[in-house]
Amino acid sequence: MFDLLTLQEYWWFLVSVIGALFVFMTFVQGGQTLLYRLGHSEDERDLLINSLGRKWELAFTLLVMFGGALFAAFPLFYAVSFGGAYYVWMAILFCFIIQAVAYEYRKKPNNLYGKRFYENLLYINGSLGIFLIGVALATLYSGGNFIVNDSHLSHWTLASYGLEALLNPFNVAFGLMIVFLSRVQGALYFLNSLDAPELTKRIKKIVIINFLMFLGLFLYVLATILFAEGLVYNPDTLIVTVKSMKFLHSFMEMPQLAISLLIGVLSLLYGVYIAVQKNAQNAIWFTGFGTIVAVATLLFVLGVHNSVYYPSLVDLQSSLTIANSSGTHYTLSIMAVVSLLVPVVGVYVVYVWRSMDKTKLTIDEVKSDSHHY
Amino acid sequence: MEHTDLLVDWSRAQFALTALYHWLFVPLTLGLTFIVAIMETIYVKTGDPKWKTTTKYWMGLLAINFAIGLATGIIMEFEFGTNWSNYSWIVGDIFGAPLAIEGLMAFFMESTFFAVMFFGWEKVSKKMHLTSTWLVAIGSNLSALWILIANGWMQHPVGMHFNPDTARNEMQNFSEVIFNPNAVSKFLHTVSSGYVLASLFVLGISAWYMLKKRDIAFARRSAIVASSFGLIASLYLVTTGDQSAHDVALTQPMKLAAMEGLYDGEKRAGIIAFGVLNSAKTISNDLDPFIASVEIPGALSFLGYHNINAFVPGINDLMNGNNKRGIISIPEKMKLGKIAVASLGAYKNFKKAKDTEHAAEALKVFQAHQKYMGYGYLKKPEDAVPSIALSFYSFHTMVGLGSWFIILFIISLYYTMTHEMHNKRWLQYLALFTIPFGYVAQEAGWITAEAGRQPWAIQDLLPVGMATSNVATTSVMITFWLFAVLFTGLLIAEVKIMLTQIKSGPEGH
Repeated sequence: MFDLLTLQEYWWFLVSVIGALFVFMTFVQGGQTLLYRLGHSEDERDLLINSLGRKWELAFTLLVMFGGALFAAFPLFYAVSFGGAYYVWMAILFCFIIQAVAYEYRKKPNNLYGKRFYENLLYINGSLGIFLIGVALATLYSGGNFIVNDSHLSHWTLASYGLEALLNPFNVAFGLMIVFLSRVQGALYFLNSLDAPELTKRIKKIVIINFLMFLGLFLYVLATILFAEGLVYNPDTLIVTVKSMKFLHSFMEMPQLAISLLIGVLSLLYGVYIAVQKNAQNAIWFTGFGTIVAVATLLFVLGVHNSVYYPSLVDLQSSLTIANSSGTHYTLSIMAVVSLLVPVVGVYVVYVWRSMDKTKLTIDEVKSDSHHY
Repeated sequence: MEHTDLLVDWSRAQFALTALYHWLFVPLTLGLTFIVAIMETIYVKTGDPKWKTTTKYWMGLLAINFAIGLATGIIMEFEFGTNWSNYSWIVGDIFGAPLAIEGLMAFFMESTFFAVMFFGWEKVSKKMHLTSTWLVAIGSNLSALWILIANGWMQHPVGMHFNPDTARNEMQNFSEVIFNPNAVSKFLHTVSSGYVLASLFVLGISAWYMLKKRDIAFARRSAIVASSFGLIASLYLVTTGDQSAHDVALTQPMKLAAMEGLYDGEKRAGIIAFGVLNSAKTISNDLDPFIASVEIPGALSFLGYHNINAFVPGINDLMNGNNKRGIISIPEKMKLGKIAVASLGAYKNFKKAKDTEHAAEALKVFQAHQKYMGYGYLKKPEDAVPSIALSFYSFHTMVGLGSWFIILFIISLYYTMTHEMHNKRWLQYLALFTIPFGYVAQEAGWITAEAGRQPWAIQDLLPVGMATSNVATTSVMITFWLFAVLFTGLLIAEVKIMLTQIKSGPEGH
């Protein structure tokens, strides 16, 4: 029914949206890093952890989903990036393995390593884990040291297997930007979900500081994306060439994407503004919407308009595009049918979220709950 | 692009390590989610608060197990990329789909309703809570379904064709992939084994309370559910195991021969009920494969082919060929496979040179031999034989323990129904000490399935030596040891927390 390119673009769109939803859900990780900054007493920290503990699995699931969708739709990326930037992805995985147990084991009697140990695991997950994910996402723009041969089998040319990405200021700035964004979102999530007026002042302070850090990094990242050289491919020959200010051209030639990015950024700014100036407790929905729209746009623009979404720094022609790295027409079609389930999943996630969050969480509720973190 | 044996071994070791750890926790989740759903259903139907206490207690233990199951699970998906990147490209067009569907269809369901199950007792209605508990159970089992569809496809690849231009296997028929007989039997066998393990877990812990003479009423309630659910599940496990063995006989004859230590094929082949392998026995000598053995005549023929007179090929038949039975030898398959590999290379070169005539000829040769292409990558014929000792002992351990579980469930169900179990200390000890054997049986089953199909990542198509990522061996060694330390540390904490929770009892929840 649809041609291959349409399906490739559709799947790149879905991957972008899933990635953006994950970035939004990293408010869980951001919140984890604020545990001691925001919670000054044991009760307050328990409240924060238990609030995040009702949502952490969704973030985890979205990460798994992001990986699954990439595997199914763009298996060559899965092979090249995961098998090449080995250390980076493995470090990310370690950071997420430790999250799952930390919530459940933190307050359990006889947990072997003590409460603080599990809190440190949550901090590592929220800081290093998110930073490295940001770095990995940044390499979609900045590229990696890989070569793909005639049989589409790939290898990395540096023995640092992805860690060299940490030497690129753009990648580092991108990673830190995601960390600060997640902390802003984490603080705003607390503002929305907790009945703890004594935390409000501290939350606002955290929002302001982290937002300013985010903003500075975002402007640098955006300027680099727009004005740096990018790679394009010829849709007929698939030959990759360099183009100056590639993504600025993409946004100019696809104004709908530029508008979408603008809407995302404005919504994010508005959310922060009403939280700080108007004491709005629902600010997370504006910043969340803004994050999802802006991140989805920044990911989507990588794959369309004949762009290269994963440049090779050592062999231009090994670079990945949605055209040369995807599954077949048949598989993408089957998966497109399966993707019709997405709204169903969305509906029950929203329904459950609303049911569980219809009243704000209090420390009394946490204490009286037979199962708490 | 072939890899060194060392890299392949470490990549396999890492995958085995992470999978074995993951598999310590998943079966309990698969079964315990259903057991708590059954208990909560009784609570909602009867309104008896004791059943609510019982449900919440087992749910607490489930949560401890669930967390570490998730932790060890996330790497399984990503390891296909990190350690098996060639595999990810060569079969990703087929293999990625079930993994993505698992995330969308099952994992979201599990994680969304998980929060309601644990934190929603006072936030949603009783019915909504019960529905959530059932959805977590269904979600976790759906997750197993899609993973085992993917695994079943590795054991018996169907519904695809090889595209010489992209050098990968591409999906042609999704329903064949989903309804692959190996996948169906594997799914049913695996989830029912999870129900058995969870039943053993609940029964054994209930027995511990009886031994300690505390919380007797709670323990009896739990033991009744565990014994009845366990007996049904273990009997079903036998039928799914039978189907699984039949599928193995049809599609993985070398695995079946290794599982039984059968060197020379025969009609009316027997099953070794008990046996000690002769370690000096190899393919190239005529020594007896067993130092001691007790055989059930005809049982292997019946198990494998549902016909007591059926011929079951042995390792020697498969290795050296058997004209009478139409079996091609491994060296011959390797020869044909090498022709396929060479002609594929020639096809690509001719195509690159735009020599269409010679490219077409090379393609014709390739297509005539492509069935054996996987064998073309084997270094020596012996590589086609999995470890006999590992396959044999793991299979027999699984079957032996599975038989014991049925007996245990029959006895415990009888005594729970007659209200006598709390007086039978011998039964309580048996139930308690059977818990670790439930885990042994699980791991043995996994080893049978996975070690028995070596050297294939994809049966007959892709040997593990071709499937790994092109990374340095030391990188894999580093991450192997990091995983080993991290998982062992978490496992020790998990066991300690679990034991403390058990000791605190249902009233402590």
